[in-house]
Amino acid sequence: MSLEETAYAVFLGLLFFYCVLAAGKAVDPVFAFHATLGAIASAAGVFLIVRSFIDRDGHVEPDEINGKPNYNLGPIKFASIAAMFWGLAGFSVGIWIALELAYPALNLGLPWTTFGRLRPLHTSAVIFAFGGNVLLATSFYVVQRTSRARMPGLVTPWFVILGYNMFIVIAGTGYVLGVGQSKEYAEPEWYADLWLTIVWVAYLLVFLATLWRRKEPHIYVANWFYLAFIVTIAMLHIVNNAAIPVSIFGSKSYIVWAGVQDAMVQWWYGHNAVGFFLTAGFLAIMYYFVPKRANRPVYSYRLSIIHFWALIFLYIWAGPHHLHYTALPEWASTLGMVFSVMLWMPSWGGMINGLMTLSGAWDKLRTDPVLRLLVVSVAFYGMSTFEGPLMSIKAVNSLSHYTDWTIGHVHSGALGWVGYVSFGALYCLVPWIYGKRDVYSLKLVDWHFWISTLGIVLYITSMWVSGIMQGLMWRAYTDLGFLQYSFVETVEAMHPYYAIRALGGILFLTGAVIMAVNLYLTIRHGEAEKPAADVALAPAE
Amino acid sequence: MSLMQKHAVFERNSIVLLIGILIVVAIGGLVEIVPLFYLKSTIETVTGMRPYSPLELAGRNIFIREGCYLCHSQMIRPMRDEIERYGHFSLAAESQYDHPFQWGSKRTGPDLARVGGKYSDDWHVAHLVDPRSVVPASVMPAYPFLKETPLKAERIGEDMKTLRLEGVPYSDEAIANAFADLKAQVTPDGSADGVIARYPKAVVRDFDGNPNKLSEMDALIAYLQMLGTLVDFSTYDDKANLR
Repeated sequence: MSLEETAYAVFLGLLFFYCVLAAGKAVDPVFAFHATLGAIASAAGVFLIVRSFIDRDGHVEPDEINGKPNYNLGPIKFASIAAMFWGLAGFSVGIWIALELAYPALNLGLPWTTFGRLRPLHTSAVIFAFGGNVLLATSFYVVQRTSRARMPGLVTPWFVILGYNMFIVIAGTGYVLGVGQSKEYAEPEWYADLWLTIVWVAYLLVFLATLWRRKEPHIYVANWFYLAFIVTIAMLHIVNNAAIPVSIFGSKSYIVWAGVQDAMVQWWYGHNAVGFFLTAGFLAIMYYFVPKRANRPVYSYRLSIIHFWALIFLYIWAGPHHLHYTALPEWASTLGMVFSVMLWMPSWGGMINGLMTLSGAWDKLRTDPVLRLLVVSVAFYGMSTFEGPLMSIKAVNSLSHYTDWTIGHVHSGALGWVGYVSFGALYCLVPWIYGKRDVYSLKLVDWHFWISTLGIVLYITSMWVSGIMQGLMWRAYTDLGFLQYSFVETVEAMHPYYAIRALGGILFLTGAVIMAVNLYLTIRHGEAEKPAADVALAPAE
Repeated sequence: MSLMQKHAVFERNSIVLLIGILIVVAIGGLVEIVPLFYLKSTIETVTGMRPYSPLELAGRNIFIREGCYLCHSQMIRPMRDEIERYGHFSLAAESQYDHPFQWGSKRTGPDLARVGGKYSDDWHVAHLVDPRSVVPASVMPAYPFLKETPLKAERIGEDMKTLRLEGVPYSDEAIANAFADLKAQVTPDGSADGVIARYPKAVVRDFDGNPNKLSEMDALIAYLQMLGTLVDFSTYDDKANLR
């Protein structure tokens, strides 16, 4: 056995014993359940390592075949399919909770199906499960291709992918069973956080080690963004989740930060989960997949340098705009506002860099719906990064805060930008890694595009109306100087918009179902790529 | 353009790039977060603030478990309509013992920062069991199971010990009496002098309408009924923390 295989087998073996012990000594049933899951998973991990060691029989996949890099595609395939699966699950839960707000009887009066428990399930499933697997799949692909080197490690790439998905399972089952630490977008409890930290370090190592093997002198721009995403998420995750467990055999912990300090740390984390997970990571996708699909070079190299450093420097400051007019000191919230407005510039710089990459290839938008998804995602990115700075201005925020406008804003970014760029990337990636010429049906991609676009439009517009309306109703006064509406009257007024929003979500899910079918057909029945008559690889820029 | 050529240092060396990224992303957070641990306005001491009683803490944990913070904020902003609707704007000190904070980010339901004492216990029980029985247009989920579920809080002292490690001033006595205090707070005819002494203004009564049962409903309502009641704003000096 190689040192790597032995180390993982020993580590997972020890973890197995801890999990068995923890399951036995657990002070609450959810922890016992998770420890059991952990024991099963780590035992399975040891089994897989040993079996693959026996199967490979001393053989190691070569780094190159006939002078060409022999890319490691297995983990990428797994993450791509996992992304599609979690996407469907996450969108479905989103529709469910949207319908709960329109028709509260759907909460069913059961602990496991209330809005409060399913909402983190939705956000984690779409951000971390769907988005995270897309980022893992694309980053492993892009870093190998742009380095022209096989990603190293017999076990580590698989450990990253499977370990990350294990984190998702632990987090998601925890929410439904009532385990969460009430930090938005960081709800998983301490043991899940700890596990994610281990997986993340392995991820960083695989990524860096692949860069170290590169045959290109320069690191491609997409990899700068991936690296910033990996490093910054590690920093945010560790600081925001700093907690002391009540018992090492129990699920409950208490965050070390309190009150104002905790609020600031949380939104420093929360806004940069947007900035680095949902933006920097997906901009990396833009910088690889848009040029690749359009078959044009990136518009401006200089702009990408400015875009990169300005974006990562400014984004970190923007968190306090979530805390305008709260007990956070005013200077901090003003800083958050000013930097959010400044952030508009690098955001649009990046958008321009992505859109202008199509110079000379705009006609492809008519014929290639995959490219259209990618380009429209960049347009949505421009739209929501304009809306964001607007909403961070205190006067606007005093109206928009606590309302559905925020939810609408998030979804214009999440559905339009993150969703579409992910869909576009998966439509490119799946045929590539399975050796197919293209997706099975471009016609179906076209249907996906139009149905989900209609869904997004319904979603965003209904949330604009409900958010602004509710904000105005809360502050409305009668001529006699009394508050005009009771709170529940403003809730009642939301009903039609909540129903329209749910319809928008259903359309978006319908599009994703079409996509899943299309990808399945691509893998099973797609036309194989013509065998390597392919021209010598064009040297990378 | 020479500056752009110098950028090649980052593009050719992954570790230099990584260190560059770390420095650039660290600055904003350091400037915005670190001062909050030293500024007078964010570590103000306000008369009346005390750690949660064991029962309130157990209730708060149920509030967190059920994700109530996703629809209910606990942060009143200093605008006319909010102050008239919910009460005095929230002070930093009012969440000083909140690990983690519960300010929230969305008001699908109303703010709860000062909900304590606004409604009767009976109303809360009816509302939590079936929200639409008292507020017909409500979209809140029903929580009938809270009334049926016995409160499991024998280990609440361990929770308080953990919080003490994080700076919440629970005394040895408070921790030693944690579970006894918890039970005493829902037993109106028993001796609750210790609870009142250790947790001034703590409300001692049976909250869920069933004196024979210590339910999760008891704990949650005890928590709701104390929210925003600790600081007496008739004597609060809002200039005390200016300099």
